[in-house]
Amino acid sequence: MTITTRWPRLSTKITSVTAILEIHELVKRYRAPGGATNVVVDAPSFSLASAQQVALRGESGSGKTTFLNLIAGILAPDGGAIRIDDADITRLGESARDRLRAKQVGYVFQTFNLLQGYTALQNVELAMMLGRGVDHAFARSLLEKVGMSDRLHYRPSQLSVGQQQRVAVARALANHPKLVLADEPTGNLDAANARTSLSLLRELCETNGAALLLVSHDRHVLEQFDDARDFSEINRAATSTEAAA
Amino acid sequence: MTSGDAHPSRLRAVALIVRRSLGRHAFASAVTILASAMASGLVMAVFAIQHQSEQAFTGGNVGFDAVLGARGSKLQLVLNCVFHLDESPGNIPWSVYARLKADPRVRLAIPYAVGDNYRGFRIVGTTPELFRDYRYSGDRELKFAGKGRPFEPTLREAVIGGFVAARTGLRYGDHFHPSHGISLDETDDDDDHDHHAHDEEYVVVGVLETTNTPIDRVVWIPIEGVFRMGGHVLRGDGDVYVARPGESIPDERKEISAMMLKFAAPTVGAELDNVINRNGKEMTLAWPIANVMLGLFEKFGWITRVLRLVAYLVVAVSACAILAAVYNTINERRREFAILRAIGARKSIVFSAIVAESATIAALGAMLGFVFYGVIVLVAASIIRSQTGVVIDAWSFHPALALTPPVMIALGALAGVVPAIKAYSTDVSANLNPHS
Repeated sequence: MTITTRWPRLSTKITSVTAILEIHELVKRYRAPGGATNVVVDAPSFSLASAQQVALRGESGSGKTTFLNLIAGILAPDGGAIRIDDADITRLGESARDRLRAKQVGYVFQTFNLLQGYTALQNVELAMMLGRGVDHAFARSLLEKVGMSDRLHYRPSQLSVGQQQRVAVARALANHPKLVLADEPTGNLDAANARTSLSLLRELCETNGAALLLVSHDRHVLEQFDDARDFSEINRAATSTEAAA
Repeated sequence: MTSGDAHPSRLRAVALIVRRSLGRHAFASAVTILASAMASGLVMAVFAIQHQSEQAFTGGNVGFDAVLGARGSKLQLVLNCVFHLDESPGNIPWSVYARLKADPRVRLAIPYAVGDNYRGFRIVGTTPELFRDYRYSGDRELKFAGKGRPFEPTLREAVIGGFVAARTGLRYGDHFHPSHGISLDETDDDDDHDHHAHDEEYVVVGVLETTNTPIDRVVWIPIEGVFRMGGHVLRGDGDVYVARPGESIPDERKEISAMMLKFAAPTVGAELDNVINRNGKEMTLAWPIANVMLGLFEKFGWITRVLRLVAYLVVAVSACAILAAVYNTINERRREFAILRAIGARKSIVFSAIVAESATIAALGAMLGFVFYGVIVLVAASIIRSQTGVVIDAWSFHPALALTPPVMIALGALAGVVPAIKAYSTDVSANLNPHS
């Protein structure tokens, strides 16, 4: 499929598969305490096809989290457009963005961001409740796939870092999202755990037909991706010394 | 994937968030629930006890239309003769009783003579007609427990109320000595050597079944016994007369404390009121009894208003306690709200969860409030019964019982609005640190 004329800059890149994510002239600025305005994200064009897996390499403070938060609709951009599954989220109201995020986007955070008072199963099921509705069997099967079937009723504080990361992966896939965002998902894991977790995340995304956009500064992680790019290729602001998150 | 629609799922999400939060803040939640319960129980009890007391003291279970006694306060007459409280305002001649007893407009006239007690319970001299003709609470007659019977008017026999029997341990066939005075002398704690005890010994020939009226707290003896009790004098004709054994007492010498009247027709009360109260100077007719008591409640209506105000304030304080308890958790839960938002919770869900949490605390408090209500009402009923013999129906329905829980829940929800706004406005990105 070719992207419509509304997205001319993308048309040259995506030619044969459905784009699940399309970004056009995305800009995000922050006002510094001194009053100066810093551009954190300035991404002219980026797209991700359905089931595509892309890793972005970037150093700390290069605006990767801000970039993912913009895509997830957690942050509102100062300019440009973000299209997820044909919906321009920058034109959606906050509530509609929340709905879309709940149903279409899975997010694996660097610190996992599991809800502390909830069990592993509740963390996954709560995401379902906020998204497409609870499917107990699927929630359990996801946790089983990530090797947590014997820890369903454990709270995050009772789990190792690696186990928490696996629960976070299961939660990200709970609503059959079309897009999974992963922000330094192995940043808190040792090398062995990082490899296992990353393989698991990629495999589950592939199995569920979800596109994966991962950002990391870890070259071991990036080596595992066929499509690994420098974040600065996408975000012009990342090369700037002013860029910060 | 589930086929259920998303709306029930969101409700389930809110329920789960509320449940987890209450669980995580179990101690603070429990204390707040307890405070709400006490507030809820108190406000229900204040309304219910006030209503039930008024019903009990002004309702139709007294069994008489009027009390006729010495010139004085109607309220004093009613308190003394109906509720067996307060002092007697004085005596009236026996002839008045005899005249009204023969009056066809009077269906029932029962004389009372007071002045003695047994262990703090009033001894009332009267006639056996009380046990035969008196009806209370509509048409209920006095019944004796076991083989009890009315006293013989010329013998030293006594009939005791159910509450007296329970408290003093007096049983059928037991003997006792009346003590002088209408209340117990606290300085005299030796039952066997009561310095104020009369020499006369009475035998219990009947124990009345409990009536849940002031009658339960009375020791009934023949009125002749009061006339002849050692140390008693009669001034029926103005001169002092002391009854002598073996001699009958002339009617003109006799006097009574008051007379309980039941009229043959409703208009009789007004007629006698006109004759005795408006145009007479020697006696007072307390009629109708319910109105006299209602006057008492109206006179002390400010107490009820103050109690209600206190109850309202307690409810307001409990709402503030909910607000403070939930508000204090918001800061530590900012990350939780940010995560919820990040995984797709709309602001309205976060807002609803906090309001629902406050409302849940109030609802649990309101439910537990019925326990406090029950305890407060039972204690109050017990005090009222032991002091007056009047039994209030602790379990009768009052609108406050239905209205208080929803009002408490609404107040709880309202109290949750401020912390909910705070939670609602959580900056998602800023609370999802770190950034890379």
